[in-house]
Amino acid sequence: MKANCWISPNTVEVTDVPDPTILNSRDAIVRISSTAICGSDLHLLDGYVPTMQKGDVLGHEFMGEVVEVGPGVDRDKLRVGDRVVVPFPIGCGACSACRNELWSCCENTNPNAGVAEKMFGHPVAGIYGYSHLTGGFAGGQAEYARVVLADVNPLKIESDLTDEQVLFLSDILPTGYMGADMCEITDGDVVAVWGAGPVGQFAMDSARVLGAAMVIAIDDVPYRLEMAASQGYRTIDFSDTDVRSALLELTGGRGPDKCIDAVGLEATHGAAHVELYDRVKQAVRSETDRPHALRQAITSCRSGGIVSVIGVYGGFVDKFPAGSWMNRSVTLKTGQCHVQRYMRPLLERIEAGQLDPTRVITHRLPLVEAPRGYDIFKHKQDRCEKVVLKP
Amino acid sequence: MINGTVTVHPRADSSLRHDPVTRGLGWVSAALGVVQLLAPARFARNLGVGDAPRHRLTSTLVGIRELGVAGGLLGLPHPAWLWARVGGDAMDLSLLVRALHDHDGRGLSRTVAGTAATVAITLTDLYAAVTRTTRRTSMELRSTTTVTGTPDEVYRFWSRLDRLPTFMAHLEDVRMTGERRSHWRAAAPFGRDVEWDAETTQDVPGERIAWRSLDGADVPNSGEVRFVPAPGGRGTELHVTLTYDLPGGAVGKAVTKYFGEEPAQQLDDDLRRFKQVFEVGEVVRSDGAPHGKRARKEFPQHPARPLDDDERKEVLA
Repeated sequence: MKANCWISPNTVEVTDVPDPTILNSRDAIVRISSTAICGSDLHLLDGYVPTMQKGDVLGHEFMGEVVEVGPGVDRDKLRVGDRVVVPFPIGCGACSACRNELWSCCENTNPNAGVAEKMFGHPVAGIYGYSHLTGGFAGGQAEYARVVLADVNPLKIESDLTDEQVLFLSDILPTGYMGADMCEITDGDVVAVWGAGPVGQFAMDSARVLGAAMVIAIDDVPYRLEMAASQGYRTIDFSDTDVRSALLELTGGRGPDKCIDAVGLEATHGAAHVELYDRVKQAVRSETDRPHALRQAITSCRSGGIVSVIGVYGGFVDKFPAGSWMNRSVTLKTGQCHVQRYMRPLLERIEAGQLDPTRVITHRLPLVEAPRGYDIFKHKQDRCEKVVLKP
Repeated sequence: MINGTVTVHPRADSSLRHDPVTRGLGWVSAALGVVQLLAPARFARNLGVGDAPRHRLTSTLVGIRELGVAGGLLGLPHPAWLWARVGGDAMDLSLLVRALHDHDGRGLSRTVAGTAATVAITLTDLYAAVTRTTRRTSMELRSTTTVTGTPDEVYRFWSRLDRLPTFMAHLEDVRMTGERRSHWRAAAPFGRDVEWDAETTQDVPGERIAWRSLDGADVPNSGEVRFVPAPGGRGTELHVTLTYDLPGGAVGKAVTKYFGEEPAQQLDDDLRRFKQVFEVGEVVRSDGAPHGKRARKEFPQHPARPLDDDERKEVLA
């Protein structure tokens, strides 16, 4: 089959690889109908996530039709012919993390748990197409994928919603939603979102449906800010505006009640000297992540507010504003999305018309053009917001 | 979540405290050390190497070393001190050889005699060190994990000994041969297998299982698993301790190194796999790690790309 593989930093390639087969009794094989390129795939492309190997199949946002199930799959839960969306973190449903709905922290699904434990102190769940640190599972930017513990993880789609309406239940819609959910939004809350990429857009939509009084988008890419503005969100372009004063002005000097970092470890920043500082330190590996959005979210948040982090971090950061965080009673909440927790309620919101995930799609490409998709997404060419790939 | 440790104890040998050779060498060290320290110039002159400041300094330093070794041999006897003496001898010999090489001729015979004496002492030290070094080393591995289940359920799962090889990577086969007896076969370094019979020494349902190998095992070993209820309904904590009595000498060193790569990691892996088999039903495989969690096979891995037919056959064999 054809699959999009990581070759080296800044190089991906669609090549022929063996078809996936059942390796564990509760596996299923899915013929992929739609898949997508995620912002976090760009961290892999750029070489910021360790333990990538040449030939790794990329992709953790995918859906399709079940064409084979292993002998251990519970037939009441999943059968050949079912149409499914596959969540990116692999849960087991049986360990204490999964039982507490912390699916991305599953204790059983990462065969490389020892490595993850050395990096992070405790292991994390397996993730499709997302480095060997998260298990070394082949991803879904391919014609077929092996889905692990298939009677626990995938969400069956039984209505006639289109692929594009439900595909993002695999990652970015629940991730954006969890960003807003962790904000514990209450009446009158102003929510500021750093990053107007696809996850940021969905965090804004989710903040709106969860009752935020005002949603503010912060970015420096004009067309992404336009996309946010088209939904009625306020925008701050940090390339020509001082973010702190703009936020204070929009909130009567209070600062946003809740802040969402939907940027992560490759933040860019308006102030050249800070940007240079982080880039140099990252280049010489004395810090692995450029945490500018996180720093600004903490210092901007009102005292007693919540900073919710859904942008991806991988290692260590410098100049963490611990003083601002501690002295002003700011709560920091974070996590890789526990997708399985949110899939069903979000499917209902899509069915009810409260959320329209298709609004972020700007490009539809055949799978074989995945490398071009990565390129235009990374360089924000052609007003690119989200690329969907069709095998 | 998984928390493993390893401790290696060279077995202390209290008999060294009463060993005439060890004590004798200790007193030789002490006497030499005192002389060298109190009268460095005279010592150097008597050795025929001159009494320039550097000679006196060398004498003083060697004296301090001798006193240190003497303290060790007499105070805290351990074969390591005998090996320290061998090392010191090598150093002294190299100093003396240099002195002979650069000698101006005055007192040459005394230097030659001193060198001969040092050679004799070196041989004595080497003999003592080799014969007094204990030939066995015990290594203790400990690890712990928590699984969702009651202590009774987890105990019942573990007590099926024939199931141990499904999650303990180095075990190939375990079968019950009697009421409390079992036969174990495990992979050893260099592609060898080791086999041994074991007896269950404690079996308290829901609480504890302990075993030890019977006489004749290549690597005498013992183990214990305790099943402890975790607080607040968090399942059951498993606390595992394994002790291996490793043979000394070259083979023992190789074995230790084999285990020593990541000895605790291996037991951690076994417990991770136990947790997977108990909670999920089988060991979870990925394309990168098709054999499942196994530390020594971790990197470099198979790429995260489906296996081809041959690879798949090998993995599922």
